[in-house]
Amino acid sequence: MSDTYKSVPVLPSEITPKSLYFNRRGFLRAAGLLTGGALLAACAPGGGGSQPTGDPATVAAYTGRKDELGNPLNSYDDITNYNNYYEFSTAKDAVNPLSKDFKSHPWSVEVSGLVSNPKTFAIEDLIKMFPQEDRIYRLRCVEAWSMVIPWQGFPLASLLKAVQPTSAAKYVRFTTLEDTKQFPAEGDTADYPWPYHEGLRLDEAMNDLAILATGLYGSPLPNPDGAPIRLVVPWKYGFKGIKAIVKIELVADQPTTFWQDINAHEYGFYANVNPDVPHPRWLQSSERRIGELGMRPTLMFNGYADKVAYLYQGMDLKANY
Amino acid sequence: MRNLFLLKQVPHRLLSGHIISKMSFVNWIRKLPFTPLQIAMHVYAWSELVLIVYGVLTHHLTANPIQAMEIRTGRHAIALLVLSLACTPLTTLLGWRELLKRRRALGLYAIMYAILHVIIFVDLDNGLAWNYLVQTVIQKSYILYGMAAFLLLVPLAMTSFDVWKMRLGKNWKWLHQLVYFTAPIAALHYAMDVKGDVFHLSGNINAPVNYGIVIALLLVLRLPFIRRFFASLRTRIVFLFTKTIFHPQADSES
Repeated sequence: MSDTYKSVPVLPSEITPKSLYFNRRGFLRAAGLLTGGALLAACAPGGGGSQPTGDPATVAAYTGRKDELGNPLNSYDDITNYNNYYEFSTAKDAVNPLSKDFKSHPWSVEVSGLVSNPKTFAIEDLIKMFPQEDRIYRLRCVEAWSMVIPWQGFPLASLLKAVQPTSAAKYVRFTTLEDTKQFPAEGDTADYPWPYHEGLRLDEAMNDLAILATGLYGSPLPNPDGAPIRLVVPWKYGFKGIKAIVKIELVADQPTTFWQDINAHEYGFYANVNPDVPHPRWLQSSERRIGELGMRPTLMFNGYADKVAYLYQGMDLKANY
Repeated sequence: MRNLFLLKQVPHRLLSGHIISKMSFVNWIRKLPFTPLQIAMHVYAWSELVLIVYGVLTHHLTANPIQAMEIRTGRHAIALLVLSLACTPLTTLLGWRELLKRRRALGLYAIMYAILHVIIFVDLDNGLAWNYLVQTVIQKSYILYGMAAFLLLVPLAMTSFDVWKMRLGKNWKWLHQLVYFTAPIAALHYAMDVKGDVFHLSGNINAPVNYGIVIALLLVLRLPFIRRFFASLRTRIVFLFTKTIFHPQADSES
């Protein structure tokens, strides 16, 4: 009979959280300040994630990688603790703790509308059918900040080709889950047209840059970033990247989008990143890259002009903002 | 009513046999050179700055700390301005005259945060890029409103000291009534900064709309006939209260 090693029983609460274990210096610095400001700690804002950081091994594999223009990646911590996800909260740093109980499995996406092969896919089937690719994209928010994010996902075009849109289909419409239990803030914000809905023109959707993302930094997509599946359209403002998708429909008429419904004067359907088209409230000619102090100039189509400019030949981009 | 709260010095025999007059706790509180309201006000006013500095030191100010600081200083500035505006109506409603002495400090705290807010916007956010700033202020109406509100506060802050009351005489009061315009403009600046459409009440407009409603109420309560109504209402309620508690049999007379 072999002696199996039995470790000393340890309460789960005694185990150092992974994030702290891998961030000892930061923890010590904060601890030193905390003892000095013990009174203030009680009312300090809730920053830092309460969800575990991504698997350190896979996160480490991405360290040092850059996008095609040489910009370094933003940290996993920043990407998962600074989110516009109003279903949870309008406070960007509150989305992470509030979304920790979000159930992203089981999940299915219904693809229907003007297609020959409508089908409802389970999320696992989607990942099996369409192999995940690494896409490092810049995300440019309409609020004039941006990040560089290593997504894992598959081109939206692959999914659309599998369901075979008919010739009548001109636009793709996306819808998020509507569930006041999963989304605590949805119940008490009657002034928003829930559920979150977005749309793309069919040729925009068929562009290879548009992906359905299911992973981040080599781990499954975390809740604050739109688990389990979200759209990433890097040449458009971030609000086009609809999160927690449950339905994708092919339609003939241009769909309205969530932010258009709230303020059509400010938020348009196309929402292409364009330094020459100012937003009524922000000059869109510059942005702050999260992690940097200064502002940097905004690039046309967020730097993806060579891949997407053809979609807008002859279009007045000021009128079609 | 006031008799209940007169200072009381009670003779007290110590163990040694000496008799001293012992002051009550209430007495001791009343002799301090500051009031509980003053303490509360100063603590509240400084709390936001302390929290922001703490957040900067512990990296707890979200991934975009410059924007977080900008928003928090702006929000606290408007909160303090509204509190300052609330003093007179609250005195009308409650009869608490000490509130009137706190208006100046609250107003000065408000402009302190407004100055921090402007500095963060001009320097940290935009790196003192004057061309860009001029362009932004001219083109973006909500920043223009913010600038207007701030510029209206400056003469008020500069003339908030007693020496100016003597120099300006009657005009001092008229000058300081400019705050009735400053507060709504500041609320509009806030409302147009958040994502949404305040004019259609859609989007993230709850906080600024609430401020707007409160400011409107505080201005309405200053209208002479409404002020007289509430002041006399307060007097009548206090009269009824003292009559029923202390002289219940008086009801059967008259």
